[in-house]
Amino acid sequence: MLAIPALATAAVLVLAGCGSRAGDTAEADAGTAAAGSCIDTSGDTIKLGFLNSLTGGMAISEQTVSNVLHMAADEINADGGILGKQIEYIQEDGATDWPTFAEKTEKLLTQDCVAAIFGGWTSSSRKAVKPVVEENNGLFFYPVQYEGLESSPNIYYTGATTNQQIIPAMDYLAAQGVKTLFLAGSDYVFPRTANAIIKLYAAELGIEIVGEEYVPLDKDDWTTQVSKIVAADPDFVFNTINGSSNVGFIKAYYDAGLTPETTPIISVSIAEEEAPAMGHEVTGNYASWNYFQSLETPNNPGFIERWQAYPDSSGVTSDPMEAAYISLYLYKALAEAAGSFEVDDINAAAAEGGITVDAPEGVVTLDGENHHISKPGNIGRINADNQFDIVWSSDGFIEPDPYLEGYDWFPADVRDALVAAAG
Amino acid sequence: MTRLKPWLPVIGIAVFAVLLLVVAPAVLSMHWLNNLGKYCCWAIAAVGIGLAWGRGGMLVLGQGVFFGLGAYAMAMHLTLESTAPGSLPVFMILYDPLASLPAFWEPFRSDAFTLAAIVLLPVIVAGVLGYALFKRRIKGAYFAILSQALAVALAVLISSTIRETGGDTGLSDFKYFFGFVLNDDANKVMVFMIAASLLILCLLAVWQLNRSRFGELLVATRDAEERVRFLGYDPANIKLVAYVVAALMASIAGALFVPIVGIITPAEIGASASILMIAGVALGGRASLFGPALGAMAIGWGQSSLGSSWPDGWVYILGLVFILVTLFLPMGLSSLFGKAKGLLWRSRGTPPDALDEPAPVLEPVGDGVTK
Repeated sequence: MLAIPALATAAVLVLAGCGSRAGDTAEADAGTAAAGSCIDTSGDTIKLGFLNSLTGGMAISEQTVSNVLHMAADEINADGGILGKQIEYIQEDGATDWPTFAEKTEKLLTQDCVAAIFGGWTSSSRKAVKPVVEENNGLFFYPVQYEGLESSPNIYYTGATTNQQIIPAMDYLAAQGVKTLFLAGSDYVFPRTANAIIKLYAAELGIEIVGEEYVPLDKDDWTTQVSKIVAADPDFVFNTINGSSNVGFIKAYYDAGLTPETTPIISVSIAEEEAPAMGHEVTGNYASWNYFQSLETPNNPGFIERWQAYPDSSGVTSDPMEAAYISLYLYKALAEAAGSFEVDDINAAAAEGGITVDAPEGVVTLDGENHHISKPGNIGRINADNQFDIVWSSDGFIEPDPYLEGYDWFPADVRDALVAAAG
Repeated sequence: MTRLKPWLPVIGIAVFAVLLLVVAPAVLSMHWLNNLGKYCCWAIAAVGIGLAWGRGGMLVLGQGVFFGLGAYAMAMHLTLESTAPGSLPVFMILYDPLASLPAFWEPFRSDAFTLAAIVLLPVIVAGVLGYALFKRRIKGAYFAILSQALAVALAVLISSTIRETGGDTGLSDFKYFFGFVLNDDANKVMVFMIAASLLILCLLAVWQLNRSRFGELLVATRDAEERVRFLGYDPANIKLVAYVVAALMASIAGALFVPIVGIITPAEIGASASILMIAGVALGGRASLFGPALGAMAIGWGQSSLGSSWPDGWVYILGLVFILVTLFLPMGLSSLFGKAKGLLWRSRGTPPDALDEPAPVLEPVGDGVTK
């Protein structure tokens, strides 16, 4: 029984060890980052990490993102690589499990020494990755529209923030004379935050919110909630449901006798991939995105053609996969502007400004301060081919404003608290 | 040899301690040391399951509940510690700009309260629950289903209270651990050392319990509850102690899981997480001392490393191994040693050592579950 005191002593000795404490701010800020990155640039390849859920509930969406990243890497390699180095990618599975996302991020950064990581889909996965990339001073490129109110020196966002997707959608609804709105969403970060913003803006626009319902991401039964929509009889339904839960929602919507003629839905996560998978015609409903396959831009036909010819193609292009495609090209542009793969050099190049990517949705510009990109706002209406007829487009590209600083209806103290928390 | 035999487990624990506390920090990279710390947490919970299930015959299918109590107590404390004074945790501001801190968060600002909660919450919950169940002689499949249902219920409760608990997204982004900066390799090693030391302590505790009078009563209760009752003992009390100890170990495991992994979500405490804990114990050998811990660590390692190589394939490998072990080694991989020893002795024509011991200790008469 001597072992117990011995162990206790050992534990105390360890506790008294030399780690930094909360007061030592200088050391805390430097942290492990001071140890320097382990990115290997000696050979003629550069390692990048792709982190997507290839298993679990989100695999249906994230597999496409993974495939298009592979396509973009192949294209860049065929074109001479980045700074003359061929991309060597390491694919990891996030398994729709947020701690796994954190673990794999750490593995990619510290074991594989990748120069940057691309992937994630749900905001929960991004929130799990964020502290790890910040701690290790890595880079993460996140390709999906999200709820905004976030920025990080270690994350680049190539999907829309709120003022590039949700606010345009609200403006469109107001212009259509919508007076009452019902909010339906999945129960996690993105819908909760998006709806908090929608409620604030709706009050400004004079739109009444007549109901707000949430169902967990992994649940499909929307019957009760849809009956509340029927009772509230709103002019429009704002849908922030994600993933396969949409199938249950659409089924309950049509079963309850609702139609796009009387109670249309505007969605922010049903795109070309999802529309045919709803198990019911969704023709006549709306979606707010930045990219649509039907977008007429110089680069779009070539992009669609290359994707359809790609071995793992899903056949249609959509906003999140296009944003993922942009993310790799954005990294290429940044590394070439910096002339380096080091994170600090890349962030410095970003801060200098003027980084653009000639993307399928048009020429997007990186905001060097908040690490988001400019995007066109578009509202589409689903047609019989499950493609979108564009019914509204923004006047030029919308500059990213993740903290909604240009909108005075957003409470300043909340913004300040969030900015302060982000450090 | 015979004089050394009772001390073999202690020697084993000592070797294990040297491996974990001296060799591992010296040879492993920070990434793998951190992963090993995570496996240690699952192993701590597994040691408790080994006691309750392997020795006590209670199929605790829902240890995620107690793992979750410890984990969320710790996560709430670390979240508040990482939040600026006077400010709210970020997720609360996001969901409701006008929110205020829920009352049940408030005491978790205190270091002492948090540590007390990690120890006392599982003891109280398991004590009350176990008392009610065992005194009513609820056992076997009914007990298993009930404990599993509790794990599901807690996970659903947390998922559905997103404003108060962070819901499905969980709690993450911890910067400090009781004043220590988590983003510092020296402190990460320290947290690993705490987890590894506690695992060793739990093994010692269970070894001591197993060879005590209580340990014999526990095995007796598992194998013939009625006979124990006729001998004048109350099996409910014996089971209650094992159940509470297992719950406490699961809670400690959860509490350490949080600073090591950096995030806790309901998925880590729900039904499948609880079953994975049991799977490790079954794989390693539920009634042996080292089996549960090593089994849980092996499953953790498989998840990190095989899951990387074959994302789709690893679950099938786990399933296959589980089926094979259940079919051919019902007492887990650790029973291989005993069998190998038996074969060796038989081929030499000498009686195996194992026969010196009372036979039923390691081999329950039935499967200990359905009885």
